[in-house]
Amino acid sequence: MAHSGKKPRINSRAIVMTLYLVFLLLPIYWLLNMSLKTNEEILSVFSIWPRNLTFANYATILTDASWYMGYVNSLIYVVMNTVISLVVALPAAYAFSRYSFMGDKHLFFWLLTNRMAPPAVFALPFFQLYSSVGLFDTHIAVALAHCLFNVPLAVWILEGFMRGVPKEIDETAYIDGYSFPRFFIKIFTPLIASGIGVAAFFCFMFSWVELLLSRTLTSVEAKPIAAAMTRTVSASGLDWGVLAAAGILTIIPGALVIYFVRNYIAKGFALGRV
Amino acid sequence: MEKTVNQKAWFLILPVLILVAFSAVIPLMTVVNYSVQDTFGNNQFFWAGLEWFEELLHSERLHDALGRQIIFSLIILAIEVPLGIFIALNMPKKGFWASLCLVLMSLPLLIPWNVVGTIWQIFGRVDIGLLGYTLDKLGFAYNYTQDSFAAWVTVIVMDVWHWTSLVALLAYAGLQSIPDAYYQAAKIDQASRWKVFRFIELPKMQGVLMIAILLRFMDSFMIYTEPFVVTGGGPGNSTTFLSIDLVKMALGQFDLGPAAAFSIMYYLVILLISYVFYTVMTNLDKRDGV
Repeated sequence: MAHSGKKPRINSRAIVMTLYLVFLLLPIYWLLNMSLKTNEEILSVFSIWPRNLTFANYATILTDASWYMGYVNSLIYVVMNTVISLVVALPAAYAFSRYSFMGDKHLFFWLLTNRMAPPAVFALPFFQLYSSVGLFDTHIAVALAHCLFNVPLAVWILEGFMRGVPKEIDETAYIDGYSFPRFFIKIFTPLIASGIGVAAFFCFMFSWVELLLSRTLTSVEAKPIAAAMTRTVSASGLDWGVLAAAGILTIIPGALVIYFVRNYIAKGFALGRV
Repeated sequence: MEKTVNQKAWFLILPVLILVAFSAVIPLMTVVNYSVQDTFGNNQFFWAGLEWFEELLHSERLHDALGRQIIFSLIILAIEVPLGIFIALNMPKKGFWASLCLVLMSLPLLIPWNVVGTIWQIFGRVDIGLLGYTLDKLGFAYNYTQDSFAAWVTVIVMDVWHWTSLVALLAYAGLQSIPDAYYQAAKIDQASRWKVFRFIELPKMQGVLMIAILLRFMDSFMIYTEPFVVTGGGPGNSTTFLSIDLVKMALGQFDLGPAAAFSIMYYLVILLISYVFYTVMTNLDKRDGV
């Protein structure tokens, strides 16, 4: 930015960022705060930090299979979805970025329209489709259903990154006698590694946060953690402490992923169009 | 970049086509199929033609939901886009603080949507939530389960909390791609801060901003989980957006015909608006010669 009057600007920036981050973190802190309290304390005393620190809520979740299997299920279908999305999106994005062919622009927009499709529209037909082919309540069903919006997104992101790689590299490789698969795996993929990272990040993100489809397509075996959270509503009212603890635990995988790709977020966002 | 004409490229796209055909085309055809039929249970279907479409076009319920949805999306865009740009302009450019900001800002984006709903449901409660409690003690009559204005404010603040970071991250990426030479030139010309923004930063961010607006528009137009968890569409119908209404109709009341007709019209509206965005976006790309 402009470099005149350095001191006051840095301060005003810091203030803006601090305010914004406090706004972002306060609700999360509140959830964390509640997860460390007993239900009696939550409902009786209003305190901004837990008076009697307890990990009982977390213990409830981590010792009960029907709870922690929710996390495992979610992670399984999210990883499956990310892998499937990337594997099919890579060649397609290459084709879109390098060649022009009959109907390419229409096809590209048509793919994107699937990203725009409201999941609510697809909930019922998905349920019927996957039930009829016997995939209901399996991890692969959710993974495939999430491809609906993740594949177009992955194609879109990867195409942006691939456009940035000069075509001369392809041509030189072919002259050197590389076959297409070998060229693609040995030379091209490493060149767009950050693009793949960004695409994987987005696939992970949208699959991890989605609930409507994953809840509709599962009942017991592949039930995601997000759906398991509705269990906290029982006859005696809501179990706020356990609900909060489950919420905090769902934030952790996301936070870990962000931590690993933190350098890519900065670089990666700028390279491709997304 | 100039592209070679090569029809064999279709083979590279084939896997995507098969996958998307399975996960999008077949279900969509089911929807189309239902939309023109009527059922009295027992899996007996009767041809209904365009009856459902006509009925829905005149249904007040749909008009209201559509109106609420459009207002909601516009408010969301009007707040999140300027705020996101503002935040991006204030972010540190590199070093430890930049990484820290990026990590913390991405956090809300990776929280499952119903947990986002839960967070705000708790946060806004008058008895146990920090926000609700504080507002209540300050003398505001705030109760999002009873008062539709409070419900709207809660849902909007929640969405701003949830998604502004995405706009900010994209805008930040756009800003990062501006070479230092531009700023130096502006400094020599003694351009004001506003002019630097207007003539250097904004045009350079145009591409990513279009993506941000497109994504935010689409996602806010399809919003379901978060308001459903917080308000359940209430009080009354005041926060019943299109998706909530649709799910109520399809999975709650099992009115397959009207729900399917509703789905198709809903989808078409999104497609139409997105097509306009997309065309503008690709034209921008061409003009800049990216």
